[in-house]
Amino acid sequence: MRENYPLTTDNDGKSVWKFLRDEFKPKGKLFTPFNIISVPVIILGIILIVIRFWKGIGAITNLTQEVPWGLWIGFDVVTGVAFAGGAYVLTFMVYILNMKKYHSIVRVTVLNGFLAYVFYAGALLLDLGRPWNVINPIIGNNFGVNSVLFLVAWHFLLYMIAQLIEFSPAIAEWLGARRIHKILSGMTIAAVIFGITLSTLHQSGLGALYLMAKEKIHPLWYSEFIPIMFFVSSIFAGLSMVIFEGTITHKVFFKQISEKNHHAQNGIILGLSKICAGTMFAYFFLQLLVFIHDKHWDLLNTPMGYWYLLEMLGFVFLPMILFYYSYRRNNVLLIRIAAIVTMLGVILNRLNVTVIGFRWDAAIRYVPSWMEFVVTLTVIFTEIWIFRWVINRMPVLRDSPSWAKEDN
Amino acid sequence: MTINRRKFFKVLGVTGAALTIGRELKAAPTGKADIEFRGVLYDSARCKGCHGCEYDCADANNLPVPEPAKNMAPVRKTSETKRTVVNEYNTSKGKVFVKMQCMHCNEPACVAACLTQAMHKTQAGPVIWRGEKCMGCRYCMVSCPFDIPKFEFHSPNPKIQKCDMCYNRLKTGEMPACAANCPNDALFYGTRRQLMSEARKRIVENPKLYVDYLYGEHEAGGTCWMYLSPVPFKELGMKTNIQKASYPALTKGFLYGVPTIFVLFPALLLGIQQATKKDNETGEE
Repeated sequence: MRENYPLTTDNDGKSVWKFLRDEFKPKGKLFTPFNIISVPVIILGIILIVIRFWKGIGAITNLTQEVPWGLWIGFDVVTGVAFAGGAYVLTFMVYILNMKKYHSIVRVTVLNGFLAYVFYAGALLLDLGRPWNVINPIIGNNFGVNSVLFLVAWHFLLYMIAQLIEFSPAIAEWLGARRIHKILSGMTIAAVIFGITLSTLHQSGLGALYLMAKEKIHPLWYSEFIPIMFFVSSIFAGLSMVIFEGTITHKVFFKQISEKNHHAQNGIILGLSKICAGTMFAYFFLQLLVFIHDKHWDLLNTPMGYWYLLEMLGFVFLPMILFYYSYRRNNVLLIRIAAIVTMLGVILNRLNVTVIGFRWDAAIRYVPSWMEFVVTLTVIFTEIWIFRWVINRMPVLRDSPSWAKEDN
Repeated sequence: MTINRRKFFKVLGVTGAALTIGRELKAAPTGKADIEFRGVLYDSARCKGCHGCEYDCADANNLPVPEPAKNMAPVRKTSETKRTVVNEYNTSKGKVFVKMQCMHCNEPACVAACLTQAMHKTQAGPVIWRGEKCMGCRYCMVSCPFDIPKFEFHSPNPKIQKCDMCYNRLKTGEMPACAANCPNDALFYGTRRQLMSEARKRIVENPKLYVDYLYGEHEAGGTCWMYLSPVPFKELGMKTNIQKASYPALTKGFLYGVPTIFVLFPALLLGIQQATKKDNETGEE
């Protein structure tokens, strides 16, 4: 572990510069399987993005006049933000409920959430036809305050700031900035409270975006409760992501994680699985109530009805039972499988509302082009690159330096 | 709405967002009794399907000239190059024509959806699109129950195309181009009140010709364009599943919940945080 912290040990500027220059150099092997796959995809994606700004959105997407929002909104933004929900749930557990057990995974989850928002909001810019006007709802001359999208846009922006503040002590520890570290650590609780409030509103807000598309969404997925469904499902979507991401980081960044935290990992996963099972039960029950209330029994015996049943039984009810069963049996492997099934279910649900069930009756169905998939992968891969860069430099998975512990 | 917005801003201000400047909102009628939206009554029974209004519309709005009428498919949709189309349907009473364009809702979903106020409900009635504000998010298209706003997907500087009831002509005291030039008197331009009494008059005077229904009177909470027809509107390819209440009202409940959560949540969270903290401290000692 690095011993000297440049901003505090040497203030003549030279060593800070040298420190940063060294840090920006790549660390580790260049030809890993991930790099070999991701680099060509990212290069292709960048070419496609250039074409998109040169020729228009229609040049690389299959969007239609009836389905103006496709994969980039339905998957990148709506699904991606649900998966980023782990950050607000975990900060709630650790900072508000003071569940110390989960403290060791807060940082990596917040980093994940922050990067997810930065990149998925960034992906939103690709989807804007006139992105140079994106400042209009922010600078104050054109507030469309009764738009749900206005609320969501502001919340994205504010929540990114809140998450940056939550994560900032790690940056200060990396730079060895002790005094700033103390100030930033003191802001954590405020940022957490603000962040949870914002998350509640925009996780549900993403669902509320579709409230006005009343006749366009298949009745099995449209109800006035979409916002509540989106909020509740973001809890287990986020936690499943935490379980999944933890499984991978514990393999890939094995060396960085202390013995103690390695041993704590299974206990954390078991605890999260219990929460997932509980929230999924609530969610399933809510869906059931809405279904019974809306009386769409006749629609069940249609292709879309089977699709609905598959989502509800195969990707909500089944993983819920799996979570519960494997928690009782202390089976961590099964929990990981349940987490993956849950994540697939969340993808399915969000796409069913935003893409598959949206204008299900249109004469020409929207099917994303391969180029839309490549751009989506580009966004995800670039995010993982940045994630890895940060993990390798800042104390995210590894323990904080000893001087920083007093501030927490 | 006004109180809610103020509250919303207050809360955002308190929470450090520094949002203090708000402007008057014009998405919905402001509640003044004297506002009279203008609109057009379209009479399917009078329309002969000459497609003249399509050419007049293209001419008035600098859009490409439509193909010759004999080459037109019987049923088409409005598009980024066609703000209006006249479609032909074989109905229970023979061939009937129907003109499609923006309905200019009294409380438009697109305007409520727009986060930059690019979509704007004017006091005169037309719903217009203002390019200098629009960021091209296409939420108006997602929200519009009539699928009217069209986006130029193949342009690097794309515009939203939709009928604006020839707002520039209206400002100079002229009628919309289509209504001014219709040779068959199928388009009747006037205030919404005039349209309704004219429509009722036609139905009463000729009860055998018309179905007793004025499309647009209640659709989506009322629209500025209204339709009379000799056959049920379903036979004319018109959307009959449109709800009778305003579409922006669908998001009202959610938006009203926002200030509540903004006030309650931080207090609640802080309370829980303090409570659990004390528990831990006493537990450790």
